Amino acid sequence: MRQDVPALTAAASPGANRRRLLVEALAIAVSAMGFGFVYGLAARDAGFSPLEVVAMSTIVFAGAAQFAAIGYVTGGLAWPVIALLTFLLNARHLLYSAALAPWLSHVPRSRRAVMAHLLTDEAFALSIGHFRRLGRPDEAGYWIGAIASTFIPWNIATLAGVLAGGSIPEPARLGIDIIFPAAMIGLAVGLVTGRRELVAALAGGLIAVAWALFASPALDLEPSIGVVVGGVAGPAIGLLVPSSMAAERAPLGSAASAERYAMPGSHLDEPAEGDTR
Amino acid sequence: MSSDLVVLAVLMFAATYPSRALGLLAPGIDRLPRPAIEYLQLVGPAVLAALAAVAVMVRQPEDGPPVFHVGIEWLAVAACLALVWWRRNLLIGLVVAVAIVAIARATGVAALPA
Repeated sequence: MRQDVPALTAAASPGANRRRLLVEALAIAVSAMGFGFVYGLAARDAGFSPLEVVAMSTIVFAGAAQFAAIGYVTGGLAWPVIALLTFLLNARHLLYSAALAPWLSHVPRSRRAVMAHLLTDEAFALSIGHFRRLGRPDEAGYWIGAIASTFIPWNIATLAGVLAGGSIPEPARLGIDIIFPAAMIGLAVGLVTGRRELVAALAGGLIAVAWALFASPALDLEPSIGVVVGGVAGPAIGLLVPSSMAAERAPLGSAASAERYAMPGSHLDEPAEGDTR
Repeated sequence: MSSDLVVLAVLMFAATYPSRALGLLAPGIDRLPRPAIEYLQLVGPAVLAALAAVAVMVRQPEDGPPVFHVGIEWLAVAACLALVWWRRNLLIGLVVAVAIVAIARATGVAALPA
């Protein structure tokens, strides 16, 4: 068991902890349903077929990356570039995986392999909090957090969204096309947990637009390449903010950070004292 | 029904699964150097902001270079940004953004996108 992540309340009963997990999972599920529906609408508006949307939600199963992929695809980015950006955007899962490993080391490897695919921000935030309150691992708790709260609602809702989107004759009249950029900026706002993130976001946006307007035409490239340049250069500029001025509130890999990446509006408890991992 | 993007989904899975699995399946080889963690911390905000900015501010005409776009989308996205910042609720922000654009287009304040 991790020594650097102490149990929150070792005295709480397993039943009470399980009930609390279920309540938190229900809140996440409701949010996943709403957000998944919106994702389905946006993907359909961008020309994705129901099969493609369902494939994204079951095979990729990463909300922010799926939303971002709408922009990559409509912008005409090459697939290897999309894969690279997806890797960068989802690399934070490595830290979640490492943080959960000591709690789940007793689980058979084959089941851990499945657990890995279902490891989302929501599953991490729910399960790490549950384990710490319980003071020991709870495999069933992980499955509740991963499947019942997120995988099932997310997939049902995306399917409903893409089917509903297909039945709307003129989506632009209803403003469906604004969902994508609004969702992107909303997710970005949720991730600004310090000055470095703010600078990275502003720099990323400015560089992306400037590149799309000036460099892409000059170099005969797609404007969407600006997203790649902004997404790679923005963090480098953000790192120029000295760590003493960063005022970071949710270090990557912490439960607080996971809740930021999870659908904004589905946040659980405030981060606990000393929750830095 | 198109299925081209199913292959892309598999590619994105291949780019995502190792990050999810490495710590769980091979504990001990997941330690990243601190500069890498600090960089990754900033990738999310930068990529998402870049996507939003290009989607709202850049239009690609059928002929000619990309152009800077100003429209009702700015107000909608700004409203979403403010609501998420204030209420920490993305769904409320999205509903308001969609409502702003839909009303503006229905009343003729804003034109439908080309």
